[in-house]
Formats: sequence, C-alpha cells, structure tokens
Amino acid sequence: MLRLTRRTNPSRSLEILAPLVAVALTLVVAAILFVALGKNPADAFAAMFWRPVQDLYGWSELGVKVAPLILCAVGLAIGFRASVWNIGAEGQIVVGAIAASWVALAIGDGGFGLPGWLLPLLAGALGGMAWGAIPALLRTKANANEILVSLMLVYVGGFLLQYVVRGPMRDPMSFGFPQSPMFPDPARLPILLETTRLHLGFALALLAALVAWLFVARSYQGFVFRLSGVAPAAAAYAGFSRSRVIWGSFLISGGLAGLAGAAEVLGPIGQLQPAVSPGYGFAAIIVAFLGRLHPIGIVAAALLMGLFYLGGEIAQLELQLPIAITGVFQGLLLFFLLGADTFVRWRLVLGGTR
Amino acid sequence: MPPLLELVGITKRYPGIVANQDVSLAVQPGEIQALLGENGAGKSTLMKIVYGLVRPDEGEIRWQGEPVVENSPVLARKRGVGMVFQHFTLFETLTVAENIALGLEPADAGRDLEGRIRELSRHYGLAVAPHAPVWSLSVGERQRVEIVRCLLQSPRLLIMDEPTSVLTPQEANGLFATLRRLAAEGCAVLYISHKLEEIQALCHAATVLRAGKVVARCDPTRETARSLAALMIGKAPPEIEHRPAERDGPVVLSVAELSLPPTDPHSTALKGISFSLRAGEILGVAGVAGNGQRELLRALSGEDARAPAGAITLAGRPAGNLGPKRRRALGLAFVPEERLGRGAAPSLSLALNALLTGKRQSLTRAGLIRRGAVERRAAEIVRRFDVRTPGIQAEAGSLSGGNLQKFIVGRELIDGPQLLIAAHPTWGVDVGAATLIREEMLALRDRGGAVLLFSEELDELFLLSDRIAVMFHGMLSPPAPVRQLTPERVGLLMGGAGFEGGAGLAQAH
Repeated sequence: MLRLTRRTNPSRSLEILAPLVAVALTLVVAAILFVALGKNPADAFAAMFWRPVQDLYGWSELGVKVAPLILCAVGLAIGFRASVWNIGAEGQIVVGAIAASWVALAIGDGGFGLPGWLLPLLAGALGGMAWGAIPALLRTKANANEILVSLMLVYVGGFLLQYVVRGPMRDPMSFGFPQSPMFPDPARLPILLETTRLHLGFALALLAALVAWLFVARSYQGFVFRLSGVAPAAAAYAGFSRSRVIWGSFLISGGLAGLAGAAEVLGPIGQLQPAVSPGYGFAAIIVAFLGRLHPIGIVAAALLMGLFYLGGEIAQLELQLPIAITGVFQGLLLFFLLGADTFVRWRLVLGGTR
Repeated sequence: MPPLLELVGITKRYPGIVANQDVSLAVQPGEIQALLGENGAGKSTLMKIVYGLVRPDEGEIRWQGEPVVENSPVLARKRGVGMVFQHFTLFETLTVAENIALGLEPADAGRDLEGRIRELSRHYGLAVAPHAPVWSLSVGERQRVEIVRCLLQSPRLLIMDEPTSVLTPQEANGLFATLRRLAAEGCAVLYISHKLEEIQALCHAATVLRAGKVVARCDPTRETARSLAALMIGKAPPEIEHRPAERDGPVVLSVAELSLPPTDPHSTALKGISFSLRAGEILGVAGVAGNGQRELLRALSGEDARAPAGAITLAGRPAGNLGPKRRRALGLAFVPEERLGRGAAPSLSLALNALLTGKRQSLTRAGLIRRGAVERRAAEIVRRFDVRTPGIQAEAGSLSGGNLQKFIVGRELIDGPQLLIAAHPTWGVDVGAATLIREEMLALRDRGGAVLLFSEELDELFLLSDRIAVMFHGMLSPPAPVRQLTPERVGLLMGGAGFEGGAGLAQAH
C-alpha cells in the first residue's frame, strides 16, 4: 500500500528544486508526445526552444511575450503570499485593454503636453484595478469567495470586449470587422530596440518586478501582507486589517494586469481586437508558482513560459502541430509542479500502517 | 508477581533530538505513579509509546512480564490501556452516548450502553448525562466523558495527561477521588502533571524525566514541592514570595457595564462586566476555562471592538471601539492565550515576530523595515528573557512552548507598557521559565505598571495578585483584596456559588 506522510521539516532546497524537476518531467512527457505524433523529439525541441532565440529578433519577441506575464505574475504573487486568490488576471487584462483603448482613441493626437501613451497606460491600470475591486468588495462586504468571483469576471470581461469591438468602439471604416480604429502614433508605446517590437512594457515589467521585490522583502506593508497570509490570527492580534490586505492585493494585482493589457494594445497590437491576450492572465498563475512567488523567480519562470508561447507558434508553422501545443505544455508543467510541490511537503511511504 | 507495565531501556530519536534515552520504569497494579518533567522532557513521547502511537527505536515494553511485540492504539486498548489526552477528542455536535459509542469496538457499544454509562458514573462519582450534546458541556464535564469512555473498556492501566489544567479545585478533588477508587480496585494510573502539590497529594511513586532521561525515582509524599522542582529542572528554582503592592496609582483601565452578545453558538456572552485597575497593582481573574475569559480578553485587546466606546476606558480615553493598534498606542501590551498563530507567526523568524507589535516609528523608515533595528530588538528580547534559540532568524514555530512564551512576554514587556493584559502567561511553561515570567510581571507592577492576569492556576493568582475577581458564565465578581480570600472561597465562586442573582451579589467574602 502507498501512503503519504507529512514531512516534519520540508527543506528549502527541495522547494527550489521542485520547479526544475517539474520542467524536466514536462520535457520528458513532451518528448513522448512528439514521438507519438510521429515527430523526432530532438528536431521538435530544437524548432520550439532553440531556433526562436537564435538571433536578437527572437530574443526581442521573447521579451514581448514575457512582459505581460511578468506584470501579471508579480502582482498575483503579492496576493498569493497573503492568501488572497485572484484567479481573474485575464479579465483584468481585458478590461485594462478596453480602458486604455478608449482613452487612446478619445485623446487622439492631443495629449495635454504629456507623451500620448501615458494617459492610456494609466487608464489601463485603473481599469484593471476597477475590475479587481469587484471581487475585493464582495469578499470584504459579503464574504463571497474571491476565487469564484474573480474567475467568473474573466468571462464577463470577455463578453464586454466582444460588445465594445462590435458596438461602440468599432472602426466605421473596418468593413464590418470587429475591431477599433488603429491608435494614433503618439499613443503607441515607444520601441526599445529599433526594428523590433520590443516596447516600453518590457521595461515596465522589469521595473514592476524590482519594486515588487522591494515590497515583498523589505517593506513594512509587505510584512503585513505576508503575516496576514501565514498567520491571520496573529495579524488580527497585531491590529492589521484583513480587509485592507484583500483590497491591497486586488488593487495591486488588478492594476498590474490592467497595465499588461494596456501595454499589449498600445504596443504590439495597436488597436482593440476581439482577442487581446492568449491566456497571459491564466499562464501568469503558473508563472507565479513556478517562480516560487518570488519576483526574481518569476522573471525566470516568465522567460520559460514565454518560450512556450513562441515555440507553440513555431510548432504550428514548421511542425504542422496545432497551437494547442502551448496549452498542453502549460498544463503538463502545472501538473508536474503541483505534484513536485506535494512531495516537498509529503513523503511517500510503502506499505504498513506505521 | 511481575509489574503490570514495564519499560526497559526505551530510546526514541527524532531528527536533531533524542526524546527518550534509555528510559526504564515499572508500574504495579493499583499504583498511581506520577510522570514528572519540564516541557520537552519527553513525557508525552513516552506515553505515546506505551499507547502504541509511536514506535520506539530501542528498548522493550513488557505487559505483565511478557514482551510486547506488536503495538498500536487498538492493540493497547485490547490489552487494557486507556489514555485521556490533554486535548479532548470529542465531536461537539454529537451526544455523550454517541461520542462514547464511536470510541468503542462495535461489539462493545451494544444496546445497553446508556445503562452502563449511568452505572459507571454512579460507581465512580463521574456525573455525565448520556443524552446531553457535547457542545453544551463544560470542560470538566467533557473530561469526565473522556474518562467514562476509557473506563467502559475496563482498563487495567489509565494514562492521564495533565488532567487538572482545566478543572476547578473542587472538580480536581472529585477527579482524585475517582482515581483513588480506581486504584483501590486494582487499576494502575500513570499521571502526567507539572503541578507538584497534586502529585504529592495523589501519587504513590514518581518517575522524574529530564531531557529524555530518567533522573530520579522517588516517593512524592516524602519530598517537598521545592525538592521535586529541583529534581525536575536540575537546580533549585528561585523562590518567589507574595509581595503586596506598595503604591496606589491612578486608574489605568476601567470597564463599565460591558455586555456583548456571543459571536457564535459556542462562545459566551459577556454580562455587565465592571472593574477598574490601578497603576501599581496586579488584578487576577480566576475562572474555569470557557466562562467568558476568551471573549473578555478579545474585547479588552481590541480584536473584538464591538463594545461602545465608553464601556472601556484606557489611560483616561474611551477605548471600547478602538482596534488593537490604537489601544497599544495608549500603552496596552497583551499576551494572548494562543502562542502559535496568534501571539506569534510560526513560519516567520523571531526577528519578524519582534516587529509584530513593535513601535513602528522606531523600526521602519520610509515604509521600509529597518532590519538592523528589528534584529537588535529581537536579540534584546532573547537576551533579557533568556529565550533558548539557535538565533533570531530561527522560525518561531521551532521553539519549545516555554521559550516561545518567554519571547512573547518579553516582546510585550520590553517597551515598558503602562498596562499588561496577560492570558495564562505560564500555562504549560516549565518551572524556571514560569518563575522568570512571574518575576517580570511583579517588576512591572513595582515600577508602577498595571497588570491584568488571567489564570486558571489559583496558586499563581494568589502568589501574584493584589486583588482577585472570578469569571462565571460571562459575569465577573467584584474584585476582592487577596488577603480576604482563600483558595476554597475562590473555588466556590469558580463553580458558580454566589452568582445566582448576578455578579454583583457574588461577594468574595
């Protein structure tokens, strides 16, 4: 008989090792999958994970994919550490994108003397915050489960996007295509590297990771958030309000997700479309845990996840595999990560009752 | 005749610690034997080995002279070992009889269970009502249910783990009578406690454990409490004597007609609580657990801020509706009942736990934690309060209960508060640490601080308090000077005598 028994002292090094084991197992299963599909796994891996990053352009494309992942994941991780479960970053991305698009189109070429992208970007962050405020409000006032509320709001946000691109924000010149007009040039995010699509959002993502690290590791409020997550009764004893932590977590993670959505439409996309995110908000949950909820770990995990996105696109072009391969990789990785984490805290025992 | 139970050379190692080393002891039928030792001396591990919950690394258990090869709680019960745990294992929503039936082998539960429960309770003087739901029972009654459950299996050895920590003196005396009767009928009792007086009153023999090893076997009736304590901790404990308060300071805390409805079906309503506490005095609050102490403490600490502002006056300011942070700013320090999870966050370092209730102005700058200042504060607490720890980066949860309690009390005292509210500050703490904590509370009082001390140990209350009040069913008796009181009188109040017409009539003298 097999049983799990709790480890008395889970080790720190196992905790760091778990994500690496999960990545390795994901690749092993992926190799088996490729063989089953009649592809040579070595060729497939080279196509997916090596060729995309052979040149500077490839790396810049990776940066484009990584920016929204980092922005969302560092925000989510702050909440997760405080045991506040925002599962709805995908919806906050979408609402942030809508808000940014609306402001970008409304101010047109003007910008009150500010860079044209600044106000749309801020509007995106505010939009994400507003969408995050709904589960926070329902949690603190009505004790509604924030996991369910934030998740369901993803779909509400999705329908809102479908409505605005077909209704109020549709480009009259689009021949019926559901999309907004292209944004005026000043509203587009500055490009960091000539001839690539790498935009300001990438720099903002790295900055967000740095500030998040400072918040988590050094700030008093970061301590309050963490305490509220690991020992709620001790936080109440010390007089720290749980409501404030819930609100703070949702406003930070919602704001950063909204920023990510704004950066997507103001950066690479350039207009509001029916699809603004290929699931960055959900992938960011995996990124946050793969990075051990630590801002630096998250940057590393986002690079891997970004590679899955890039590799998935290439697999489609070169190996004639469906784009769903990205989702399969994400699913495998999450599965093995949860499995590996279980074995960090629990030990498998063979036979016996003692 | 061989002993009923014999342990020979029992050793149990855990990573980094030897819980029991070469422990041998023997229990005769009809004997009440005490197992004595500080926290972490290995008493509980040893009893779990006997009960089959833990398997020893070395050594042998003999039952009536025969080596025990296979052991588990089921086999131990079959053999005739019963154990009453410190923390009860009853289901609150079920009745007494249902709970007892759950603990028995299906064949034993039988149809006439209620009759047998009634007969047993009559025979041993253990009043329990088979139909009562457990949530409606007091802690003392719950313990009796646990004992009845053990006795239904006709045990030949009964293990009691710190049974009196939840009882009034009268209830404890009732328990002793039951245990004596059992012993007279030939049942052996292994009695774990750190209350030396009751071991002297009850036990025929005592085995003393220190750091996992047997350091002495003695006849407790021939020892003094002081010599037993010396055996336990390896040196004579410093003596504390009752010192009356010298000063009569201004009122620091006053509570006027504080009434609060319960927050859930299992908590107690507070009914018209009034008292005041002056600078330079220790006011003791006695009472059996579950009579509203927890609720009153939360209302005083600010964790429950539902009270009207005027019901609680702290340092001259209405404070009933203030949260914990605002009250702390008015000079309140607070040691809660639970150490792990409330008084300290187990997974955080001692340094961060020192930040928990520290003054924010001196420990942070521009929103960032001043790590140097926090670490100095933690190191100072560890040094002044003799906290045994590998270092201030150790997780709070890795400390033993007594050491963590010293840390929490130290953290609350180190800033020199005007008022300390302490809930069971020495509960489960070993003799040396308890002495230190008591001395510090007296020192605070002598410096002009006020102390409100909640305790279930009358000895402690009589030793430290200048006045004592008693809680019963959410009411508080008017505090009376300690010299006008006797433990018997307080014990009667704890049992509810005098509260029939409300707290105001529960005069302690």
